[in-house]
Amino acid sequence: MLIRMGGRQDSQSRGVRIAEAAFPSPFKGGLEYSCAARGTWNIVHTGFLVPQCHEIFVCAAGCLRGVVLTAAEMGRSENFSTIEIRENDVLVGGMEQMITEGVTDILNGLSYKPRAVLVYTSCIHHFMGCDIQMCYDILRRRFPDTDFTDCYMDPIMRKSGLTPDQTMRRQIYSLIKPREKDVKRINIIGSNLPADKESELYLTARSAGYELTVIQDCKSYDDYQKMGEASANIYYDTTAAAAAAELEKRLSQKALFLPLSYSYDEISKQLDKLCGYVGAEPYDCSEGISKCEEALSETAKLLDGAPVEIDYTAVLRPFSLARLLLTHGINVTALYCDSISGIEQGDFEFLKSNYPDIYLYPTMDVSMRDIERKRNVKTLAIGQKAAYFSGSGYFVNIIESGGFYGFTGIQKLCGLIRDAWLNEKDMLSLIQIKGMGCGCV
Amino acid sequence: MSGNIGTARFISTYAADSSGVCSALYELGGMVVVHDASGCNSTYTTHDEPRWSYMDSYVFISGLTETQAIMGDDEKLIGDIAAAAEELAPSFIAIAGTPIPMMIGTDFKAIALETERRTGIPSFGFATNGMNSYVSGVDMALGAIAERFVTERYERTEKPSVNILGATPLDFSGSDIYCQIKSMKQLFERSGIETVSCWAMGDSLENMAKASSAWANVVVSYGGMSAAETLKKRFSTPYVIGRPTDGFSEKLIQDIRKAFDTGESGITAYSGRKKGSGKKALLIGEGVACESMAYALAEKTGVQTAAAAATTFDSKLLCGGDALATDESQLTQLIADADIVIADPLYKTFCQRLGREFLSLPHEGFSGRMFRSGISDTVSDISFITDRINNL
Repeated sequence: MLIRMGGRQDSQSRGVRIAEAAFPSPFKGGLEYSCAARGTWNIVHTGFLVPQCHEIFVCAAGCLRGVVLTAAEMGRSENFSTIEIRENDVLVGGMEQMITEGVTDILNGLSYKPRAVLVYTSCIHHFMGCDIQMCYDILRRRFPDTDFTDCYMDPIMRKSGLTPDQTMRRQIYSLIKPREKDVKRINIIGSNLPADKESELYLTARSAGYELTVIQDCKSYDDYQKMGEASANIYYDTTAAAAAAELEKRLSQKALFLPLSYSYDEISKQLDKLCGYVGAEPYDCSEGISKCEEALSETAKLLDGAPVEIDYTAVLRPFSLARLLLTHGINVTALYCDSISGIEQGDFEFLKSNYPDIYLYPTMDVSMRDIERKRNVKTLAIGQKAAYFSGSGYFVNIIESGGFYGFTGIQKLCGLIRDAWLNEKDMLSLIQIKGMGCGCV
Repeated sequence: MSGNIGTARFISTYAADSSGVCSALYELGGMVVVHDASGCNSTYTTHDEPRWSYMDSYVFISGLTETQAIMGDDEKLIGDIAAAAEELAPSFIAIAGTPIPMMIGTDFKAIALETERRTGIPSFGFATNGMNSYVSGVDMALGAIAERFVTERYERTEKPSVNILGATPLDFSGSDIYCQIKSMKQLFERSGIETVSCWAMGDSLENMAKASSAWANVVVSYGGMSAAETLKKRFSTPYVIGRPTDGFSEKLIQDIRKAFDTGESGITAYSGRKKGSGKKALLIGEGVACESMAYALAEKTGVQTAAAAATTFDSKLLCGGDALATDESQLTQLIADADIVIADPLYKTFCQRLGREFLSLPHEGFSGRMFRSGISDTVSDISFITDRINNL
């Protein structure tokens, strides 16, 4: 029986010192490995952020399997249906009819009437040149009281423009209809997790009399439609750029990009930008910075030089976070990322110059399959992949920065780090749960 | 409509053929490459492979892109495989297909030949397409292992012996995924029968290569059929089809002994089950598993039983009155004709909508990890079902 082939490989041999790492692709491509950490969201999870919707996937059984079971694990099988593409369908064609008649059959047989239907077509439709728009035209005529939007499960296109994740983050807002604008309403869009309501985004907007809405707060489809009244959309995750651009074009909602960062200067700059939009005085950061300094100092003292490893699924800006922690006496030794986002280039260059011995590791490279997944000293991991690869139960179990933002975000993250250091978790069990925060168990 | 178009309002889908290839070869020291887009391997590693987080195996994805597909760039695939093989030194290489490679006519056998020429490592190409059930992939993979690695005729074992063919966690799982494998081996041992090899859980390629020393083969899922046929053709080893199940095992052992004595092959040990009376219980799942369980329940409860093979299966191996049922419309008719349905819990809502009694029999190949802790060792005991039937 194969357990480990040739023994575990020393992990450092699989990584690269940041001093020698190339930007933005420090690792060569090739076959890909799937790390056993499941906390990030997929297109099924994201789609279900639209209230009162029904998802229909049209693809081959092998592709359906993962999404069907995602819905089942969410307890949303009642709101989920499939149309299976078989060999004969590919040979004979008729994909358009398959979509229109299949969706019609499903909707006519449901025991409830969904307000919106998300139809996911796949790589096959793309390669067969399926006239998807015609399908939606027919479906909209047949079901005039139901809203339809086009979603895509086409991972083969991930290097041909928007990734499926970026497209999905755009499409979940595509059903919002134009409404009369309320200048005192702003949406925060594009994140799978709701933004922390104690963050400076909320504090700043509310103090100026603005109401902020996130899709996660919409309990009904009517609530969701109210997002159309907003005058602007804040987004802080770069993967939401397409969503913001589409809404700006279609609904004339101003796109406010306030990128999440762990740099005091950048946070101040973004909050000033928000203040400018809502007509408030420039943000006074002094208290926030002071509290961050306290939190970081307390955290550094507790960790006492222990190694810290961070992965890209935990936070939106792993290089920015590493920079903050390292400059406050916290010993970041490793970062896990397969590529480096353009927005991180400054932080990458800073770390390269000032902390050249940090190791970068890929997460998908085949060599990561059999690396040594344990450390000789107690190690703090931030993120599920860092926890898995380091074998550490002392880990911060978050994705997408946990919804935290700004100075409060730094303070809260420090709190999670301290808690993680003091309370070991059942890492292998926790990282098996799909889509953190989406209701999967 | 749903009879023509594969719509499923309520039911899940079985693991695909490419996952079957991966699962069957998982423990054998090879490298399996699924030719598909980046990220598509997470379905297998999350839902179809319970060993993924604690037992290392080289199962990877090629990360196929739109450009490579359009350009037919097989060189990228072969080059990446060769580079990984150089680093990892697997004992063999298997390359499995998915929908897009099928659409663009990828020649997996040619890719395997070129890979083998370049790496010197035995290589296989499987024209899976993600549109057939895992059983089909298991069958292809184990068939290829038999064809390629079981070439030497070993002397028959002194004591009567068998190989177990078609065992993967997709059909034999549980909190301890090897529990049912151990129970099968113990069953044979108690009957004076040695187990030479188990294809392919808890065993090694080296041991499987000695399969010709067994007196007979036991096909415990339809995924073991091609291997059984190859071993029969090459070594005249007879095979018996049936999954050891409490209430059916005695009959299975009888038929295995018959195969030892007569050399008769292709015996469906589950044939000739009692007709039963009263309520009718329908089993849904993998063909050999359902037929074997149907036999066992008829023996133990006296009810009428029927099997619906919902995965790849040969209709000629079905008992009279049983059926192939691979989509919701076919299943609807069969369920409507039954009083009790025994199937994976993901069928429950569907069956209850049709007003049928439902008894849970979790199946990893259908619901993945969701009900794994509720999977029982049916080799040893099926009272958790028979008690419920008797109380209805």
